[in-house]
Amino acid sequence: MDFLGINPVLLIASLMVSATPILLAAIGETVVEKSGVLNLGVEGMMIVGAVVGFITAVNTENPAIGFVTAAIAGALLSTIFATLVLHLKSNQVATGLGLTLVGLGISALLGKPYEGIKSPTLQSLDIPILADIPIFGRMLFSHDAMVYVSILIVGLVWYTLKYTRAGLVLRAVGENHDAAHALGYKVIRIRFLAIMFGGACSGLGGAYISLVRVPQWTEGMTAGAGWIALAIVVFASWKPWRTLIGAYLFGGITVLQLNLQAAGVAIPVEYLSMSPFLITIAVLVIISARGNQGAPASLGRPFHASN
Amino acid sequence: MKDILLDINGLTKAYPGVVANNNVSFQILCGEVHALLGENGAGKSTLVKMIYGLVKPDSGSMTFQDQQFMPASPNAARGTGVAMVFQHFSLFDALSVAENIALGMDDAPKSRDLAKNIRQVSNAYGLPLEPNRIVGTLSAGERQRVEIIRCLLQNPKLLIMDEPTSVLTPQEVEVLFKTLRQLKSEGTSILYISHKLEEIRALCDTATILRHGEKVDTCIPATTTAREMAEMMVGASFANPIKANREMGDTILSLKNVSASSAEAFGTSLQGISLDLKEGEILGIGGVAGNGQDELLATLSGEMTVASDMIILDGQAIGKQGPTARRKIGLLSAPEERLGHAAAPAMSLRENTVITAAERKSLLNNGFIDWTAADQYTQDIIADFDVRTLGTHTPAGSLSGGNLQKFVVGREVLQNPKVFVVNQPTWGVDAAAAASIRQKLLDLADNGAGVIVISQDLDELLEISNRFCAINEGRLSKIVPTATLEMDQIGLMMGGATAEQEGADA
Repeated sequence: MDFLGINPVLLIASLMVSATPILLAAIGETVVEKSGVLNLGVEGMMIVGAVVGFITAVNTENPAIGFVTAAIAGALLSTIFATLVLHLKSNQVATGLGLTLVGLGISALLGKPYEGIKSPTLQSLDIPILADIPIFGRMLFSHDAMVYVSILIVGLVWYTLKYTRAGLVLRAVGENHDAAHALGYKVIRIRFLAIMFGGACSGLGGAYISLVRVPQWTEGMTAGAGWIALAIVVFASWKPWRTLIGAYLFGGITVLQLNLQAAGVAIPVEYLSMSPFLITIAVLVIISARGNQGAPASLGRPFHASN
Repeated sequence: MKDILLDINGLTKAYPGVVANNNVSFQILCGEVHALLGENGAGKSTLVKMIYGLVKPDSGSMTFQDQQFMPASPNAARGTGVAMVFQHFSLFDALSVAENIALGMDDAPKSRDLAKNIRQVSNAYGLPLEPNRIVGTLSAGERQRVEIIRCLLQNPKLLIMDEPTSVLTPQEVEVLFKTLRQLKSEGTSILYISHKLEEIRALCDTATILRHGEKVDTCIPATTTAREMAEMMVGASFANPIKANREMGDTILSLKNVSASSAEAFGTSLQGISLDLKEGEILGIGGVAGNGQDELLATLSGEMTVASDMIILDGQAIGKQGPTARRKIGLLSAPEERLGHAAAPAMSLRENTVITAAERKSLLNNGFIDWTAADQYTQDIIADFDVRTLGTHTPAGSLSGGNLQKFVVGREVLQNPKVFVVNQPTWGVDAAAAASIRQKLLDLADNGAGVIVISQDLDELLEISNRFCAINEGRLSKIVPTATLEMDQIGLMMGGATAEQEGADA
């Protein structure tokens, strides 16, 4: 059952792997933006996560430790952003862009000695029983742990935002920080934590690229994944499950166009390469075309406590 | 003698360059409605913020039921039994009523129980609310109910209300007062901040008056006239505007069945608005905020264009003309939002003058700005309208609300308009400045201009306008002479009784 030499089972299996880094970064950024902060440094936090995760995984020969340190590195980098933006009231857009540049620079420096090495990678889980189901087992249930962790995070974020008091307070802070402050909520502290969560998720996403997808270190290897994650957050209308759809759509088209290139379809490579970006954005624009839904009303606005 | 609930003793709070409160002391008794009166900037909001734990006083002390009371945060104040209904910005538009209420409670119950509580309490106090509605879709009156219910669910001993009636229709005010009297009879004390003196006379037991951050007087509102209270607030007597009997001229402006959809996402579309305005006439348009006032002003100023023959000025169809063209032929306007709409905050007064007065005052010289002339005209405005400012180079944003409003109105009035349209001419302006702005509008009409005043302050409209109508959901009520108008009728008009319906009832 191959079409143009492409096996749909393998296609879906590999799209989940291909989409995981973007999904992780996007769900983290969703939380950050829900708290009312726009962090454009996703790309920078991802690549720092990628290099730190790679270095620790190579040195400890344990990819799990690599992921943990990558998350910590992403969160640490994001505290720079949080301090500048929340405490020193710097401009969010400029600071976020700066964070990306810093991340790209630091990662190139740290990663230099590690170029050309192969890292230990995560084993696929092959979930018992489920993985033996014909077709679906192969497609959905024989991935590495991080694929499931990423979906779990999406579920947790959705549940927290929708059903818990912590989620309600987070949304309230993003919706109207003056009102939240007047009611006695600690706007700065809540946003700081949200930014750190976003940093940790971006770090995980970056490490997934350098430890599972590729798996080795090359300078600038995130190649714009952070930017597409940012776009997905907006076009998914800040809704966690839509973020998953967006990320998988992008991952799917990326894999598909690679397969099409390999199959030698008579479309110029450049068009195929740009297609994931174009199609994902087009689809999400259509989904979110019914107006400006769900944008947190205080998004990107600096907060000054008036006393 | 009733027991003292809250004893405020010598509270002082200074900000860089200004003392917001200086040694303020007074007492609130149990089960009393206590009014806090003062002009804008008199220090009312700083004082209540200290009681509610949002601001820390520099010195002074408070006792609440004979216990030392110095809340470090609103949570602490709520814990002691102080609740506050804010004038602005304390609701979350995108969240539901129940979520908004849960956010204001320290130990919110499960959402199903909370919804039940909300229904119960809101019905008990005659303020019905549906817990699952999104707050952004509620009217101003309903939004205020959300805030009040949020407070009541915590059984407060002291309820602080900051300008609660500024957005309500007279009927809604009645409902609110009934609720407040019920609370009072149950022993809750209320600290009531307002500048509407007649309301304070109707509701409050005692009034404390602040001026420039200091307590200057107390009075029993029921036995004090509104004028006496106003003079205590201002610290001087001032003249009331005088409505002269003047001759009306010919019709200068006509709107013919104007319909226009709003450019804003949650805006109100105008539906079939018709009116005639005569020379020397002041037409007052009342109504609750958000019923199409901004759109009506935009349609008249030219920011929103309509079919050409929908607007006739002096026999000329101008519906399709933009603001500059309309200014040129004498239709001037001043929108509600002073900062960012009527004036650019970061630009100087002189520059702001050029923005609207360039054409009519010939401030342009072959396309270049004539700064000498602009400066002269700005000085004229400052002198004529008593704008308190350091000079013509002061940024508009650094003026106080009242002074900027005087500047904005003055800039248009001194251009000798044929028709002047103004939205909320005295919003947030102190009593003396408001009186002088109203007098200037009357003078303008005396000199033969047609004036349209859109306002939510009914007393203001009744004081200066010759005819009155209300705008509701983008429709205009019947236009009636002010002299024959009664409060009940105004309430009905604001609630949406249109000309046809009234005809049918009669």
